[in-house]
Amino acid sequence: MKKYQETIMRGVFLLAALASILAILLICFFLFANGLPAMSKIGFFDFLLGTNWSPNDVPPSYGIFPMILGSIYVTAGAILFGVPIGILTALFMARFCPLRIYKLLKPAVQLLAGIPSVVYGFFGLVLLVPLIRNLCGGNGSSILTASLLLGIMILPTIIGVSEAALRAVSEHYYEGALALGASHERSVFFVVLPAAKSGILAAVILGIGRAIGETMAVIMVAGNQARMPTGILQGIRTLTANIVLEMGYAAELHREALIATGVILFIFILIINLSFTAITRRAK
Amino acid sequence: MKQLIRSEKRASIGKDPLSLLLRFLVILAAAITFGVLLFLIGYILVQGIPYLTPSLFALKYTTENVSLFPAIITTLEMVFLSLSIAVPLGLFTAIYLVEYAHKGNKLVEVIRLTAETLSGIPSIVYGLFGLLFFVTYLNWGFSILAGAVTMSIMILPLIMRTSEEALKSVPDSYREASFGLGAGRLRTVFRIVLPSALPGILAGLILGIGRIVGETAALLYTAGTVAQIPPSVFASGRTLSLHMYILSSEGLYTDQAYATAVVLLLTVLLINILSVYVAKKFTKE
Repeated sequence: MKKYQETIMRGVFLLAALASILAILLICFFLFANGLPAMSKIGFFDFLLGTNWSPNDVPPSYGIFPMILGSIYVTAGAILFGVPIGILTALFMARFCPLRIYKLLKPAVQLLAGIPSVVYGFFGLVLLVPLIRNLCGGNGSSILTASLLLGIMILPTIIGVSEAALRAVSEHYYEGALALGASHERSVFFVVLPAAKSGILAAVILGIGRAIGETMAVIMVAGNQARMPTGILQGIRTLTANIVLEMGYAAELHREALIATGVILFIFILIINLSFTAITRRAK
Repeated sequence: MKQLIRSEKRASIGKDPLSLLLRFLVILAAAITFGVLLFLIGYILVQGIPYLTPSLFALKYTTENVSLFPAIITTLEMVFLSLSIAVPLGLFTAIYLVEYAHKGNKLVEVIRLTAETLSGIPSIVYGLFGLLFFVTYLNWGFSILAGAVTMSIMILPLIMRTSEEALKSVPDSYREASFGLGAGRLRTVFRIVLPSALPGILAGLILGIGRIVGETAALLYTAGTVAQIPPSVFASGRTLSLHMYILSSEGLYTDQAYATAVVLLLTVLLINILSVYVAKKFTKE
């Protein structure tokens, strides 16, 4: 009887473990099965590199290149703002701050990660958008605004992963540098930081993944015009925004084209994930 | 040794301009990070608290009172349903990985890779999948159930990882002692390992609650946006985050959006404090 129970529960645990594999297979299957036909109907290159997205025109045109550029631009902007500040903050937390302050900062970073993206988006909408409008002109909803907001949003990811990487560096490196007469700051920046570089690279890649996948906050501040971007003060639409904005009323080929947009986003994310995994595995 | 380093630190101040500059940069960056956090919280609270009126908590949503009470109930329901799917699945997976699988098992590698991939997928892709599979293919329509199942897949990797770490941190001597007393593997897992790993598992569960409460993109096209206390799990309902997104995108109810932001922020704050508290209890033992 007991033996019987053991075997059953073992089977239950194994089944549960297989659930996540089933989930990812289903996700891949349903996305590709619904998105790929649209790509072939529109024409793969017309879809991917077409610069005109006007699904309501006759004949309609489904080019998502402006959205691909949009996602890349705001992500690059977020990295530009978020990475230097994130890494320097991680350095502060790992090497400069007293334990007493650290005990406050660590939960603060967790809180930064826990704030919902709508709240960030709302904050951007009521504060950053008017700020950019007054400082730089334009209507405020722009690549610059979205980049700034995303830069803030990826901070906890960058800080968390970089800090862990910095702490993993052997203390001998730091002590060795001190012994050679380097100051605390120089030892940290020129010895500890380079030694943690693969972990920090992983942090940046994870940050890219977060930024490119962010949806709600970007929709609220980026303006969402589906056109080729020409300046950082102009509005832009990202891949994620394209799906959310039009899925509510799209039908037939238009709907399929939106799902295909999701497929492209999914492929971007898979590439980013794979490079993250490759880097962390190599670091081990 | 520590004292030596500290005196070395003090000696370096004021000597070398580059060191000073680096120190300044590091402190500046930290100040910016935490300044932004404090400012964001302060700004939302100061602007939003005056709008927290009793009519916002009316039992029924109308365009006059813009009540967020139905959204709170929907959020609670969503949290409960999602967790009741994700926690058993995640916990059992962790049990399999830590307690049952042999070292070098190929399946373990595959599951780890799957979990990593799942945790990197953006929420809008989950939303799209939920729309295609649960809402359309299984014909559940926009419903709490479709939203909850989508959310449970989304938080599964988180629950899995935290449970796995919690189980791993239970010393092997516990298991050996239990085996030595003649207990089977199953009994050991449930009577010995799980109770000691409970705080870690709870901390993961609390983080999961935070993710569900804050989610918008994955729920927009799965749970739908009807502002009502859902009569059943097959009915649509908007959670608090979704409610806030709709209020602010309609542009008519900015005041109420502020108030909703306050409620959301306070919830997240509470969840974070709770998870820190639980985790602290965990490390002490």
